[in-house]
Amino acid sequence: MKISFHINGGAQSVAVDGNTPLLWVIRDMLDLKGTKFGCGKAACGACTIHVDGMAVRSCSYPAKFAEGKNITTIEGLSAGEELHPVQQAWIEEAVPQCGYCQPGFMMATAALLEKAPNPTDQDIDDNIVNICRCATYYRMRKAIHRAAEIKNANS
Amino acid sequence: MKKAYLFYTLFLAAGMALAYASSQPQDGEGITPPPGGEEPEDALQAFDKMMAVLTHKRCVNCHPAGGRPRQGEDSHYHNFNVQRGADGHGLPALRCGTCHQRENNDYSGVPGAPEWSLAPLSMKWEGLSRVEIARSILDPARNGGRTLEETVHHLTEHELVLWAWEPGVDANGRPREKPPVPKDEYIKAVKVWAEAGAPIPEE
Repeated sequence: MKISFHINGGAQSVAVDGNTPLLWVIRDMLDLKGTKFGCGKAACGACTIHVDGMAVRSCSYPAKFAEGKNITTIEGLSAGEELHPVQQAWIEEAVPQCGYCQPGFMMATAALLEKAPNPTDQDIDDNIVNICRCATYYRMRKAIHRAAEIKNANS
Repeated sequence: MKKAYLFYTLFLAAGMALAYASSQPQDGEGITPPPGGEEPEDALQAFDKMMAVLTHKRCVNCHPAGGRPRQGEDSHYHNFNVQRGADGHGLPALRCGTCHQRENNDYSGVPGAPEWSLAPLSMKWEGLSRVEIARSILDPARNGGRTLEETVHHLTEHELVLWAWEPGVDANGRPREKPPVPKDEYIKAVKVWAEAGAPIPEE
């Protein structure tokens, strides 16, 4: 079936089985490799993207539901050359170790900051439930608070 | 004499209304509670069938007593510390829709149906007996202000409720357990029970 949507600000149409996970459309058809496959069961969060601003696990999101939606991946998080506050904070706090899961964490964090501009540690624990095998959680917590500072200073 | 005539007239009218309601198609309309008296045996049998479904994990997992949904055949707390949130649809950045879509996903094992969410806390069933659940679903203060007719509609036609009979597979590809009563028998039981005046047995 033909599915049309906007991704990272541009219009896009794909012809694909509607039940194909959106993750594979993004990675294999649109060649946006920043979004990662982790568990395939909506558990680890490595595949997190935004659909109409909401954090969504793309491994468990049928492509047919993307029709007419605005999709953002890690490649579209920044505004042109200007880093998103989450990206800036991730660099400042040197968060990644192996880095594989980080795009998912960053997308989940960006979604959180839109709803909770000053998240508490409890907000972070409750909302950011992705999994990192390198256990970079401590640095991520610092980076999330730092991202909030940057975002609030910019707005 | 006047009182007796009035009572007879009301009793007759109520009886006619009940007979009319019983003869209607099963669309939830025409529900008229009967006058007082003993509950018909078929209504109590219908109650048994209905409650066998409503006390099943496919229903109770999303009618929790607290702020966290249950999941699975053992009704454990939902993984990832998932929480109810202010609107029953999850937390600001961890919504039900972060993982659950409008239909089951047999690739990932994530269940889905329209309006996937928790029942409001006023509709908590976890830990209640079947009689307490029945009282709860008939209480407008706890059932979202529904009339009996609206309650029947919810119980027999809401897609999220009927998902219980199409629960899909879990993360390991194993089919989820369905309620112990077939869907059509359950729907019929709810209507029989309601048309009999929604009697709740003493237990």
